[in-house]
Amino acid sequence: MDMAVVELSRLQFALTAMYHFLFVPLTLGLSFLLVIMESIYVMTGKEIWRVTTRFWGKLFGINFVLGVATGITMEFEFGTNWAYYAHYVGDIFGAPLAIEGLMAFFLEATFVGLMFFGWDRLSKVGHLFVTFCVALGSNLSALWILIANGWMQHPAGSVFNPETMRMEVTDFYAVLFNPVAQAKFVHTVSAGYVCASVFVMGVSAWYLLKGKWTNVARRSMMVAAAFGLASSLSVVVLGDESGYALTDNQKMKLAAIEAMWETEPAPAGLSIFGIPDMQKHVTHAEIKIPYVLGLISTRSLTGEVMGIDELVLKADERIRSGTIAYDAVEKLKANRGNMAAREAFELHKRDLGYAMLLKRYVADPRQASEQQILMAAKDTIPNVPVMFWLFRMMAGIGFFFIAFFGLAFYCASVCQFNKRWFLKLAVAIMPLPWLAIEGGWVLAEIGRQPWAVEGVLPTFLGASSLTISQIWTTIIGFTLLYGTLAIIEVRLMIASIRKGPVEHPVHGGGQQQGSAGFAPLPAE
Amino acid sequence: MAIPLDYETLRLIWWALLGVLLIGFTLTDGYDLGVAALMPFIGKTDEERRLAINAVAPHWEGHQVWFILGGGAIFAAWPFVYAVSFSGFYLAMFLVLAALILRPVSFKYRSKHADPAWRGRWDWAMFIGGFVPALVFGVAVGNVLQGLPFRLDSDLRTFYEGTLLGLFSPFALVTGLLSVAMIVMHGAGFLAVKIEEGPVLERARRIGTFAAIVSIVLFALGGVWVAMGQMGFRLEGVIDAQGPSNPHYAQTVAAPGAWLDNYGRHPWMLLAPILGFAGPLIALIGIRTRSHVLNLTGSSLATVGIIATVGLSMFPFILPSSIDPQSSLTAWNASSSHLTLWIMLLVTLIFLPIVLIYTAWALKVMFGRVTIAQVRTNPDFY
Repeated sequence: MDMAVVELSRLQFALTAMYHFLFVPLTLGLSFLLVIMESIYVMTGKEIWRVTTRFWGKLFGINFVLGVATGITMEFEFGTNWAYYAHYVGDIFGAPLAIEGLMAFFLEATFVGLMFFGWDRLSKVGHLFVTFCVALGSNLSALWILIANGWMQHPAGSVFNPETMRMEVTDFYAVLFNPVAQAKFVHTVSAGYVCASVFVMGVSAWYLLKGKWTNVARRSMMVAAAFGLASSLSVVVLGDESGYALTDNQKMKLAAIEAMWETEPAPAGLSIFGIPDMQKHVTHAEIKIPYVLGLISTRSLTGEVMGIDELVLKADERIRSGTIAYDAVEKLKANRGNMAAREAFELHKRDLGYAMLLKRYVADPRQASEQQILMAAKDTIPNVPVMFWLFRMMAGIGFFFIAFFGLAFYCASVCQFNKRWFLKLAVAIMPLPWLAIEGGWVLAEIGRQPWAVEGVLPTFLGASSLTISQIWTTIIGFTLLYGTLAIIEVRLMIASIRKGPVEHPVHGGGQQQGSAGFAPLPAE
Repeated sequence: MAIPLDYETLRLIWWALLGVLLIGFTLTDGYDLGVAALMPFIGKTDEERRLAINAVAPHWEGHQVWFILGGGAIFAAWPFVYAVSFSGFYLAMFLVLAALILRPVSFKYRSKHADPAWRGRWDWAMFIGGFVPALVFGVAVGNVLQGLPFRLDSDLRTFYEGTLLGLFSPFALVTGLLSVAMIVMHGAGFLAVKIEEGPVLERARRIGTFAAIVSIVLFALGGVWVAMGQMGFRLEGVIDAQGPSNPHYAQTVAAPGAWLDNYGRHPWMLLAPILGFAGPLIALIGIRTRSHVLNLTGSSLATVGIIATVGLSMFPFILPSSIDPQSSLTAWNASSSHLTLWIMLLVTLIFLPIVLIYTAWALKVMFGRVTIAQVRTNPDFY
């Protein structure tokens, strides 16, 4: 494999995925906020809530369209840039993607048209149902995508088939109810809810500071504060770490996040500061809180959290066992009926992926030297300093949001959002959710390295056989296209926010209830 | 778990479902693509263009999912096909993706400013969003019929030896333009039932007439080319339709003319090419008699017939290889495992009817012709 092709493919995937995920969290959360606001409208019949719903719906639309448009790229990028990956795990990985389209994305996309265009054509309850289907669809979408991603982190329910040279599904329920996927789903959608709540809080606070649209802004803030408090608690409490005891790679991820080079006696301490050193395998200037890590990650006082050095030794063993499996596969390729090879394969198949780590250094893993085995084993350590600090940033922002929404809740009941410093704070922190979310994805995906699929397929083997110029062409193309669209999107968003919830007369709907909702609303 | 259907049957079903997906995409999103491709030509004024845009505006998002689902379903049921075709058509695929990203954005953002220069730019973006995918899809099909220059090694890793410009062979240009004509005909047919009588509808009828005639000519030309040209592949020796999905286990040879074999063996398959000709003719009759529903029926039948013709001619081949016939992907050697095909079939049987029901409901809620009066006054319109 040409490593430049691999690195460029990773760069492109990271760019397109992270760009896509600028829009997704807002879609996930704002859709449910729309459901809440519209429910209040349907229950109270107060025109102001219809205006509020439609206003946020307009911003939702501007954001949604780019989420959808950039999602198209993701669906095909596994084929264009990761063809060997697609072949190797498509039997399992393709299914959740297809089900996502069939069950979730169709629902979301079909009903979103009715949500925008159906105000005059549907009854109040009918339209609320449509909005609910959009929210349900977008959140189910996230579920299936995270089942796919969770399988990459913890490939349950599947086995390598030497006759087809790929992984095949053995237990679909194990793929579906993968604990890593479930933890990821709850964590990710909660993060989306927090993101949307912060967005609504921020925009509303800006209106209150300007004294504009205060009747819409105050009501929106109230809804966002409640929704945000619940979600920020859920995003931290139901964090991702519950799955970290499951596999060697997940253990490695946890050890890397904590820069824990050696196994400590249980229960391990949690570092809150340190400067990890990749060369010497030590962490300088470390500050530790005793017991906490062991408690969080093993949910017990006696569970041991394995250190990086011990995990490398384990990888070394698995590489050696994997070369036996690799040898058996090569023999089976030549002769499908070789029973001895079949037997050897069955004994060592769970380590086959580890042998393939050697392909970075030697074409045939069976010819690997001791030195090369050692290098491959060390490759199982992800980038420790990056993970250490990304995690602390993400978790720090997460705890900050709990405090922020707690404060917002207090403000709502005590001072009616009249404190200017609080409103300024709400505007200032608007970028933070995106920082935490993108950081969280980088953490999850860097933490999985060197694997595309944990213990099964190294990332560098997954790439398509492309040329460097081909990949540069698409990287530059996507960057230009996405960059232009980002500028347009942000400008439209700002223009719509400046314009505010201006309402035009409704035509043909016959649901006119006085003029209050149709003229620009006066400030309270 | 015992799987009630054998592997061969499931492969056959999934081969047919691949066709259903492609046809579903072309029938629904096809007219959105067609309308988008017509954008700079269909309306002389901004209002006229908005009339056309708002005819498809509430639906294109849902229809586009056929494309996404197509990608996902090929990945799940035919992972080899997904891997080989999308990495092989790498730059062509980029063109399609970029164009399809432009399309939703132009639908949504065009209306945000009244500035004619702003709207003019988005009209051309929309044209690209409709025309480029239609052309590239057709060109890709032409290349598939001729065989793609790819090889699989013993690890089943794929190597593609073609270039972007190499895709645009004379034959592929014929299939590419056929695809554009078919999709434009369908878009014009949809506009005829969805917008009020007036200059835009008249233009749609004229464009529809032209596109239908071009479709018939190019479909005939393509057919003759396949018959006369050196195209076709054949499986040799014992065919194990139940065997593991590994192309190296079958024997394939290039067999010029073999793409007509199936019609001799199964004459009922001739129905597909007959539909391919009858569809545009019916559309023409509909246009002449001002029966707009007949027009749309004709354009729909045409897409069904033309796509089915390609699939049936090649069966069981899906992606033949021109440089190493042994690597060719067929319905018998490129599928997912038995279990995955079965699970995906169950999922499809449950959810596809639901999707069809609410798609129909959405069309019904928005039923009725879009008028210039609505374009002028409805604040929700693009």
